[in-house]
Amino acid sequence: MQAVAETTDPVQALTQSGYKWGFATEIETELAPKGLNPDIIRLISARKGEPGWLLEWRLKAYAAWLTMTEPHWAMLAYPPIDYQDLHYYAAPKRKPGPQSLDQVDPELLRTYEKLGIPLRERAILAGVEPAEGSRQVAVDAVFDSVSVATTFRETLAKSGVIFCPISEAVREHPELVQRYLGSVVPTGDNYFAALNSAVFTDGSFVFVPKGVRCPMELSTYFRINARNTGQFERTLIIAEDGAQVSYLEGCTAPQRDENQLHAAVVELVALNEAQIKYSTVQNWYPGDAEGRGGIYNFVTKRGACRGARSRISWTQVETGSAITWKYPSCILQGEDSVGEFYSVALTNHHQQADTGTKMIHIGPRTRSTIVSKGISAGQSNNTYRGLVRIQPKASGARSHTQCDSLLIGEECGAHTVPYIESRNASAKVEHEATTSKIDEDQLFYCRQRGLSQEDAVGLIVNGFCKDVLKELPMEFAVEAQKLLAVSLEGSVG
Amino acid sequence: MLQITGLAASIDGKDILRGIDLTLPQGEVHAIMGPNGSGKSTLSYVLAGRDGYAVTSGSARLDGADLLAMTPDERAAAGLFLAFQYPVELPGVGNANFLRTALNAQRRARGESELDAVQFLKLARAATKQLSMPDDMLKRNVNVGFSGGEKKRNEVLQMALLRPRLAILDETDSGLDIDALKIVAEGVNALRGPNFSALVITHYQRLLDYIVPDRVHVLVGGRIVRSGGPELAHALEADGYAAIAAEAA
Ligand SMILES: Nc1ncnc2c1ncn2[C@@H]1O[C@H](COP(=O)(O)OP(=O)(O)O)[C@@H](O)[C@H]1O
Ligand SMILES: [Mg+2]
Repeated sequence: MQAVAETTDPVQALTQSGYKWGFATEIETELAPKGLNPDIIRLISARKGEPGWLLEWRLKAYAAWLTMTEPHWAMLAYPPIDYQDLHYYAAPKRKPGPQSLDQVDPELLRTYEKLGIPLRERAILAGVEPAEGSRQVAVDAVFDSVSVATTFRETLAKSGVIFCPISEAVREHPELVQRYLGSVVPTGDNYFAALNSAVFTDGSFVFVPKGVRCPMELSTYFRINARNTGQFERTLIIAEDGAQVSYLEGCTAPQRDENQLHAAVVELVALNEAQIKYSTVQNWYPGDAEGRGGIYNFVTKRGACRGARSRISWTQVETGSAITWKYPSCILQGEDSVGEFYSVALTNHHQQADTGTKMIHIGPRTRSTIVSKGISAGQSNNTYRGLVRIQPKASGARSHTQCDSLLIGEECGAHTVPYIESRNASAKVEHEATTSKIDEDQLFYCRQRGLSQEDAVGLIVNGFCKDVLKELPMEFAVEAQKLLAVSLEGSVG
Repeated sequence: MLQITGLAASIDGKDILRGIDLTLPQGEVHAIMGPNGSGKSTLSYVLAGRDGYAVTSGSARLDGADLLAMTPDERAAAGLFLAFQYPVELPGVGNANFLRTALNAQRRARGESELDAVQFLKLARAATKQLSMPDDMLKRNVNVGFSGGEKKRNEVLQMALLRPRLAILDETDSGLDIDALKIVAEGVNALRGPNFSALVITHYQRLLDYIVPDRVHVLVGGRIVRSGGPELAHALEADGYAAIAAEAA
């Protein structure tokens, strides 16, 4: 909680505009015809210059998808999605696969500048060595279906870290991609994962070799721009024995009246003693105050702690999307491996979020920690859904869940749906849950000290989320705090 | 100057304040004494703008401005500070961050420049030192896990940093040992001057040994039944409220 004082400025500047990232970029786009069929899949695969095995893999996923039905067990209500009324490929025209930033459309660069992404390696370009100890962030930027720029690649390559668009990894490191793609989330895992496997277009690929600690934060910014276009990114992160990496993901989209579909898959693999920290600030367009428009966000994120003493940590701040369906999970296979899930999910107006995690304890002495903070305002609905499963061999496993809900106003809903399955008597599973309303005394105390109603709400909500926000890398924590305050605008008195 | 005229207020239809007249000139400190339930906290909440009170008649002006027409944060920016009888806990909100946010909000409202973290910390450290408070008070979450005495001292720290024109201290001395009491008194006395005035609500004469008031008012049943000089507080301690109230009736 260092930076809340900085929230007040942007919050005020944004009061009129609501969603500040809602602009669209005028850019020439190559669009595949609407609809989903094997020809479209072949077209995507051809555009990406993919090898035959991957096309086969996609077609298999498509065949599986055809046999499946959209899941409706979540506490979400939305009109039927017409999967044939979408474009499955959209790419900014001009040279796909730019070699350097100079080849990137300047309009695109301006877009990322507007988003506040440090895409240009300013210090490096100016010939300035970064100050000792100052942290650098390498960025991959994905615009609609295509990755447009990845920075700091040479620096990373020196330590053996591969950070590139997944479409490039398919060409340059096919053996790694083929070995790990779909190994955590199989093509037929669920309806949305199958869809993603059939049509995924881009995303990031990270490989951190044995014993290497990635020298900087890695980050991807996803941006949906084109109309009526689904975004299906695929991210794959592999940390070999003893490797460590911290990865951040940010997402925004233009303000549009129609709904847009986003169905991503993220797979993480941690081998012996490896550590992966995956942080998300999800700020897809949430729709307007009446519930028109917004992103439908159906995401499968899963990490496999394959090695002994490995650790996977998910931290998410979910403020965007009209609909969020997302359960970042950990498969704790290696003995003494650790899974963590830190989540803030904020819903306002007519947003609906059904989010949580799954911790599958397979190995002995595996441990998991779940901290979920749900904030509901307006007429929104916010559900925490979490599964903790202890398999028979997970002797001495431990799991602790802390799940807190904060209600703002009278018309919103907060729901907590924990599933606990323990098949090993030596395991210890704890679950704590609280629900509270934003406290009038706290609000008045803040206002008596000079804070406006909105700043008071922002401060109290940020305090409520502290245990999660402190898990985020510094740069993102500041961003996330601002975002929470902005997202709550107009929610109280 | 604070000028309260014929102020009456109720909660849930129950009349609590029944016509209060009180003038507090700039530069003066007045004490308000009175039995439990007489409306002392209600008066401070109504002046600070807490929700839930219906002002049924009367007015309250600070330097001529209509206090009752302002939002609580506008009143704060106009210089009104309330040290709460029961300070509120803010889990997850660091004390330093809270104070800086508040100070900058007030400065902004007054058209003054904001303080950055470094400037603020300098001020805050000086204030904690002056009030003999440990520095870690700034790092802890606002009032969370504070002892009763620490909470009261934290109110005084906030007052020292926000430098109000008008401070209302609602039983800030209750439950304090003599050393803590002296610190509270010092916090008020350090601010005393031509641009500062205070309403000190207390049950005890002993605080008034350290903060010598210009006037003392006795509040009973939602009315000021007696006003006088500092000697009135001694009389109250000797004879009790009942005698004073009976005398006034
Ligand atoms: N929220 C409330 N609802 C109803 N009655 C209240 C409320 N708050 C205070 N009162 C009543 O108002 C009267 C004055 O209370 P208060 O101002 O707290 O007194 P004091 O601070 O002098 O002890 C008491 O009778 C108390 O019971
Ligand atoms: Mg009281």
